Amino acid sequence: MADPMRIRAQVSGDKATVRVLMSHEMETGLRKDSAGKLIPAWHIQDVTALHNGKVVMTAQWGPSVSKNPFLQFNVRGAKAGDKITITWKDNKGESRTDEATVS
Amino acid sequence: MKFIPLLAATAALLACGAVVSQTKTASDGIAEYRKMLEDGNPAELFEAKGEDLWKTARGPKKASLQACNLGLGPGVVKGAFVQLPRWFADTGRVQDLESRLLTCMETLQGFNAAEIAKTGFDKGEQATLTALSAWISSESRGMKMALPQAHAEERRFYELGKRAFFFRGGPMDFSCASCHGEDGKRIRLQDLPNLTKNPGDGLGFAAWPAYRVSSGEMWSMQRRLNDCYRQQRFPYPGYASDLTIALGVYMGVNAQGAQSIAPALKR
Amino acid sequence: MMNRRDLLSHSAKLAALLATTGLLPGVAHAAYNAAAFDAKTMADLMKALGAGTPTESKDVSITAPDIAENGAVVPVGASTALAGVRKLAILVEKNPAVLSALFEVTDSVDANMGTRVKMGQSSNVYAVAIMADGRVLYAMKEVKVTLGGCGG
Repeated sequence: MADPMRIRAQVSGDKATVRVLMSHEMETGLRKDSAGKLIPAWHIQDVTALHNGKVVMTAQWGPSVSKNPFLQFNVRGAKAGDKITITWKDNKGESRTDEATVS
Repeated sequence: MKFIPLLAATAALLACGAVVSQTKTASDGIAEYRKMLEDGNPAELFEAKGEDLWKTARGPKKASLQACNLGLGPGVVKGAFVQLPRWFADTGRVQDLESRLLTCMETLQGFNAAEIAKTGFDKGEQATLTALSAWISSESRGMKMALPQAHAEERRFYELGKRAFFFRGGPMDFSCASCHGEDGKRIRLQDLPNLTKNPGDGLGFAAWPAYRVSSGEMWSMQRRLNDCYRQQRFPYPGYASDLTIALGVYMGVNAQGAQSIAPALKR
Repeated sequence: MMNRRDLLSHSAKLAALLATTGLLPGVAHAAYNAAAFDAKTMADLMKALGAGTPTESKDVSITAPDIAENGAVVPVGASTALAGVRKLAILVEKNPAVLSALFEVTDSVDANMGTRVKMGQSSNVYAVAIMADGRVLYAMKEVKVTLGGCGG
């Protein structure tokens, strides 16, 4: 199973700023290994963010998003104690879901 | 490594420098870039892994590392990082963080320290050591370097480290001092801290382990030293060897009082 | 702050819950737009997204450093205060494929997304806002890269 994400969600006025660090190689498929063979593309394709179970943002990513991706966005109307859930899915079909509480 | 395109890129950058320097120098630009990355250091992913590895029962003896003594007593992690390397009574040696972790992984968990030391960086249990270094250093973040020099061996290792630091050799006749022996030196756009004295908060010894964005890898001090030796075209003295520990003592004692920012973010 | 073990057990329960529902609740997930992520120019990308011709706009902002020490990790933010944003996109003109990331904006989030992208070389970087009324607005910034970030 993929390594957990680090999710921080902090209230700022009437919103919550969510910062996520994901653990993923984000291999472009353009690099070659030491034997000269192309390393296959392996990267997150879909990201979904939920606020208290409701979808608030979805994203599609290409391989040019950096390794161990960082994501930041603001959820309107989020309050301390609310739940933020982030899910990613990659081109191999692997996925990971983690949750954090807004503080 | 594509050398010529880099030269061209650097030349192009320097050519633009005449305009850039009116508002901002390249150093300022890089400082701004680093600041933008401060919040959300992927090292945090390794910190979380390291904490978990410390507390999980592993190895042939199925034990955790929670009884490991990093110098401040069994299981005391907070503040331990800024006092390493130091002398340990149970092994009768001066040890740095990685060396001490090898000791604990062997005595408490039953791993073979010599085999782990021979493993390539980030392969097998070496990855465990990297993650542990990230977490353990994070538990001293913001504290000042305070390596002890009370024991005669600690002082001997300082002198040994100093000799190693200034030892010139290899095909390019480099020593550590060639790059890190004076103020104001730079390689391309990388400022090189003067490690013969305290380079300041968050610089040099106080900035490792660090997450290196160029390779997306977490580097411990042992890995950093390995790469320095590679750049000098020296053979690497060996993972957690006395020589690498001695260099750590020399740099760490020189950095007395500098604030640790480990695990940091580096190019 | 949760430690990793708590995180893992928490996520295991959550993943199990989500698995029983078959699909994430309420997500009408569009199929991955592979054509968009293969597009080599802004024009090709807009065609793949079914969007019109982009025009530069002061109402869209792009946040990025002047110089990136390493092209492997370049922080980029795309934002606009305009209402009626459907999507926000981050483009790197000189990358092998221009589109890095595409965000679907709902009323529940600010049209303000930040991530980090790989840049193979110094290049113009674009923040593009695709509006509900069909307008496509962008802001552009030149980002110099001292060391290309595509590996090797």
